[in-house]
Amino acid sequence: MGLKTSTLPFTERIADAAKDQFAHASIAKAQDTQYTKRENARAELGHWQDWRKLGQSIRQHVIQYLPDYLEEFSDNVEKRGGHVFFAQTTDEANDFILNVIKQQNGHHVVKSKSMVTAELDIDKKLQALPDVSILETDLAEFILQEDDWDEPSHIVFPAIHKNRDQVQTIFKKLGYDGDNDPEHMARFARKYLRQRFLEADIGITGCNFAIADSGLINLDTNEGNADLADSIPKTQIVVMGMERLVPSMKEAEIMDNLLARSAVGQKLTTYVTFEGQQSAGESDGPEDFYVVILDNNRSKALGTEFQEILQCIRCGACLNVCPVYRQIGGHGYGSLYPGPVGAVLSPILGGYEQFGELPFASSLCAACTETCPVLIPLHNLLIKHREVETDRLKMMHGFTDFQMRVVGKGTSSPFMFKMALRFKHFGLSPWTHQRPVTATNFFEYNGAMITNGPGMVGGWTDVRDLPSPPKHRDDFRVWFKHHKQQGGETK
Amino acid sequence: MKVSIYTTCMMDLMFPQVGKDMVEVLERLGCTVDVPENQICCGQPTFNSGYVEASWPVMHNQIDALSSIDCDYIVCPAGSCTAILKEYPDLLVDDPTDPTGQYMAQAKILSAKVYEFSQFIWRVLGIADCGAELNTIATYHRSCHMTRLLGERETPFWLLENVKNLEVRQLEGIQYCCGFGGTFSVKEHEISELMVTSKVENIEATGAEVLVSCDPGCLMNIGGRFNRLGKPIKIMHIAEVLNHNVDESRIRKVSEVPAPAAAPFP
Repeated sequence: MGLKTSTLPFTERIADAAKDQFAHASIAKAQDTQYTKRENARAELGHWQDWRKLGQSIRQHVIQYLPDYLEEFSDNVEKRGGHVFFAQTTDEANDFILNVIKQQNGHHVVKSKSMVTAELDIDKKLQALPDVSILETDLAEFILQEDDWDEPSHIVFPAIHKNRDQVQTIFKKLGYDGDNDPEHMARFARKYLRQRFLEADIGITGCNFAIADSGLINLDTNEGNADLADSIPKTQIVVMGMERLVPSMKEAEIMDNLLARSAVGQKLTTYVTFEGQQSAGESDGPEDFYVVILDNNRSKALGTEFQEILQCIRCGACLNVCPVYRQIGGHGYGSLYPGPVGAVLSPILGGYEQFGELPFASSLCAACTETCPVLIPLHNLLIKHREVETDRLKMMHGFTDFQMRVVGKGTSSPFMFKMALRFKHFGLSPWTHQRPVTATNFFEYNGAMITNGPGMVGGWTDVRDLPSPPKHRDDFRVWFKHHKQQGGETK
Repeated sequence: MKVSIYTTCMMDLMFPQVGKDMVEVLERLGCTVDVPENQICCGQPTFNSGYVEASWPVMHNQIDALSSIDCDYIVCPAGSCTAILKEYPDLLVDDPTDPTGQYMAQAKILSAKVYEFSQFIWRVLGIADCGAELNTIATYHRSCHMTRLLGERETPFWLLENVKNLEVRQLEGIQYCCGFGGTFSVKEHEISELMVTSKVENIEATGAEVLVSCDPGCLMNIGGRFNRLGKPIKIMHIAEVLNHNVDESRIRKVSEVPAPAAAPFP
């Protein structure tokens, strides 16, 4: 579907996610497994905090001089005989790609996993062509394709929401008659895909890093499918976001280290490929090499408080630590880019009208910021989005907005706060009921609980009980005054 | 040593006992305690919700109030509110309502003086054993802001280790947020519910009778969910634990106890 992966309203997506026990269990298990793998891989490297700073400085440098690096890269691609196309929009990118396929008389397209091509929704465009077949060759993307083009729910593990039984059912449609052992199913997929690779005439890949000083692209994969997609077909089309550059191989090596350890908890991915237009005397690689460099509103972040999000290397570590992602999964976000990075990036790429809820779908626990290998202050950027929506665009209206402004007044005026302290117990008494207390100690103010409070309190009491606030005479300030009058000493 | 209590709005509004226990522990350990009168709130409810313009007056009031009493240290019963006061100088960089920089200058002083309660006891007072006793099985909930923004991962565990007769069991999934998140718990209560339910399950699985934390917000969230589900738990702020059945002869300095073990998930 492109950037937006669902037409359902946010609350319905959350409700759906809450119901999906399979997905919930799969995601939790994957997060926990990745936790150990990732932390071990980082510890093994040593000096992890210094590596992060190095990664950050490389990425910040590239973003700062982005026009220069884009020019250097495209010059070098062309010097090797390749072609570069700068696409402002997804439509421009799609038109260009479809045109190349037509010109090259391509009929069998094989794709390796790429978030940017998903952003283009190129699969759907290719499906519409009568004489062109399209095959996703990344195992997870292949599973999604065969499940009637289910939407990906993670930027590194697109089928994280599916378990092995579901995959077995999907593969049965393709003639698989084995058990649910991942190894057996992978072998089946490998055999199935291999035949199609040999027939392919167009390969579409993403790009982990584009090397500016050589015009090569760097791909990191574990399945080797990207290498087949770039070496077997005569024509390769690379699609990349405009920010995915590094100055040279030296920096690529550092970024690959950060990426593999953060994304999959490995020292390096099984295949680390640097490739481009086939040169004279080389035996493989594409004879026709095209690079599509997509903006799609990325440039809107340049020079703004959101510029740091362009440092992102799409490792997905922030998704893997996120407690909200753990609960609602990728589909809950309704964006191709879910999780903390998605909540920051989606409103920039797709606008606040479509993705304005996402920056609020975070408890600001900062697990994302803590894990990010290139030090993007993700939770702070979420607050920045909220500020834009609230203060600048005035998108907040109604009762909640009014209440938040009351909270602002109440927490800045000592007089009003003293009034609140004085009347809090009495003021909430219409909503206070006697109720059995099972959570003791904090909740023993006469056993009275607020169970369906007014206004914002209602959001709280939809989920949990609220103890009735203490009477003013029991307040800490009152006690302290008395305590001080008595000499103020504790023995 | 002169200590100002940074009460936090939540303690003032909901949990007076935490303040009382905190004052008693600090006085017992030799501090002279005072409470700046006009303080209210750190500003997180509005700031974190995107109401940034409305938050500057909240922060200014807090800065004025906490600067109104001369003190050596400011001690707070909430890791989250401590962390945000430490961040004030970073936030006020964007404050257009402080043209002379007077609030920024005060914020830098306050930020250097503020400590969360447990870290103040261990790291500033150098006390490892407050002389407390609590005969029960507990588990500790680590708050996200105290851990990640304030960077304090250890002192609550170290202090609890020295409470007599207390067994602390490790909490599975300790690194995951309980779903409080301030206004998040209200605005996004559907998601918050899933998070806090999962936290309740993990706490139950430890078999602990008492849940301890250094953040009243998390405790109110988790405790409120326990109560809604009708499940038993005793909720204790760490100040209440450290002020329980105290025998002053048991008070020990950090230098007098064996070096503590590493905290989980460093």
